[in-house]
Amino acid sequence: MSLRRTHTAVPGRRLAALAAITLACTLTACGEAEDQPLGAGAGGAGQGEASGDITVFAAASLTDTFTELGEEFEAANPDATVTFSFAGSSALAQQILSGAPADVFASASPATMAQVTDEELTEGEPVVFVNNRLQIAVPAGNPGGVTGLEDLTKEDLTVALCAEEVPCGAASVKVFEAAGLTPAPDTYEDDVRAALTKVRLDEVDAALVYQTDVLVAGDEVEGIDFAESAEAINDYPIAALLGAPNPEGGQAFIDFVLSEEGQAVLGSAGFGSP
Amino acid sequence: MAGDAADSRGSGIPPILLIPAGLGLAFLLLPLAGLLVRTPWSDLGTLLAQPEVSEALRLSLITAVTATGICLVLGVPLAWVLARATVPGMRLVRALLTLPLVLPPVVGGVALLLLLGRRGLIGQHLYDWFGLSLPFTTTAVVLSQAFVAMPFLVIAVEGALRGADRRFEDAAATLGASRWLIFRRVTLPLVAPGISAGAVLCFARALGEFGATITFAGNFPGVTRTMPLSVYLALESDPEAAIVLALVLLLVSVVVLVALRGRWVSGVAS
Repeated sequence: MSLRRTHTAVPGRRLAALAAITLACTLTACGEAEDQPLGAGAGGAGQGEASGDITVFAAASLTDTFTELGEEFEAANPDATVTFSFAGSSALAQQILSGAPADVFASASPATMAQVTDEELTEGEPVVFVNNRLQIAVPAGNPGGVTGLEDLTKEDLTVALCAEEVPCGAASVKVFEAAGLTPAPDTYEDDVRAALTKVRLDEVDAALVYQTDVLVAGDEVEGIDFAESAEAINDYPIAALLGAPNPEGGQAFIDFVLSEEGQAVLGSAGFGSP
Repeated sequence: MAGDAADSRGSGIPPILLIPAGLGLAFLLLPLAGLLVRTPWSDLGTLLAQPEVSEALRLSLITAVTATGICLVLGVPLAWVLARATVPGMRLVRALLTLPLVLPPVVGGVALLLLLGRRGLIGQHLYDWFGLSLPFTTTAVVLSQAFVAMPFLVIAVEGALRGADRRFEDAAATLGASRWLIFRRVTLPLVAPGISAGAVLCFARALGEFGATITFAGNFPGVTRTMPLSVYLALESDPEAAIVLALVLLLVSVVVLVALRGRWVSGVAS
């Protein structure tokens, strides 16, 4: 049932290669050394030095930017292949807890990252690499005449919020509390993209989503800023995972995400700098 | 005699088939066992007493019953037409009707949204003329459920109609009964077991509906948040609550299917 929440942007050939390597390693219990014959040395996180397959588990909201970052990383490190698994952060955390063979985890909230750090499954402390804030998304032309957060308390407007159980919903609760308002939503969507879709299809007059999502939707959706969004800035932590199949490669990818180049890509997609 | 034949056939099972059969049984039943093992029995009472749980269960039962009612009113005549009409193209119609059986429910939800949503093909007129907007209403939940569940009823009833002995209808006709009277007094009672089996199956499917509901109807407590949606959401934050909700849904489904089993057997026997 999590069909909608899982976006695995893995080209078939890479997936097949990954599967083959995973299988081969399972069967022969091969070590890391065989995976990285070129052996990126200690601290070898610089350009052009990472090699082998790097598996990155990343929050669904990072789908577009991380895909782009992965391509740039591969261009700079011809011996490396980055494979992404995009899904809801909590689903990914559960997979990591169940022993999924990933090198890097990029989560959309510190709370979901904590599920992994609590079990001491990360290599060192996670680093916050971007943040995201909420914006009101309205269909092009703003048919509901929405101007600010108080409009989302109007009964006669159709409003979609994220469910409290998911990160964007928890952030929504915070901003309404900060503003002293009681929202009047018509639906609690199960993730931020589902809420955005209802705006794109013009089925709701407004939804609270991340500003990055508004940018993704292009001309179909307009974003409206509001002051209280500062009350619920959402931090995205990234961490290398303990027992990763390719620790050097994973660290190299994290360094790339934190580099000026990586931050520029994330910034142009609407993410804020920590 | 029939019993004896079945027994002798039963003893003829090649032992080699017992291994995959046992694995198949374990594969289907062990996940349910996992659910039972992980159920926090001591907190069961408190978790079940939460108003959200009873609210979701009540909504699920009401919408599933309503959807089943709609399926009966529309589906039985449809099954009758499918079974009896000799118009060309009927096979294509039948194939299209069973589409919701294999379609991912999310796709069904998207289709419903694009037809009946505020900007949908029909929905935009409903909205412009009557100010009526279906998404995010309990009506949308019922429609989603009816969309995915009706084929189950239609197939069951059509099968029963094809198996029914038409000589009873012919006899009634020679005695001067009208077509409507024959349908009501002869055909319907003849296929009643098939109808009830189809209705129970339809109800069970409606009760479990998730994808079309969350896509078309949205998710709001007391209005559109049915049990399956509650289970999914609870899993995000409170896995224990999700397990309890899943257990409730499992129990309701088992009751429904046990009822179905009885109907189905009696349907076959008649």
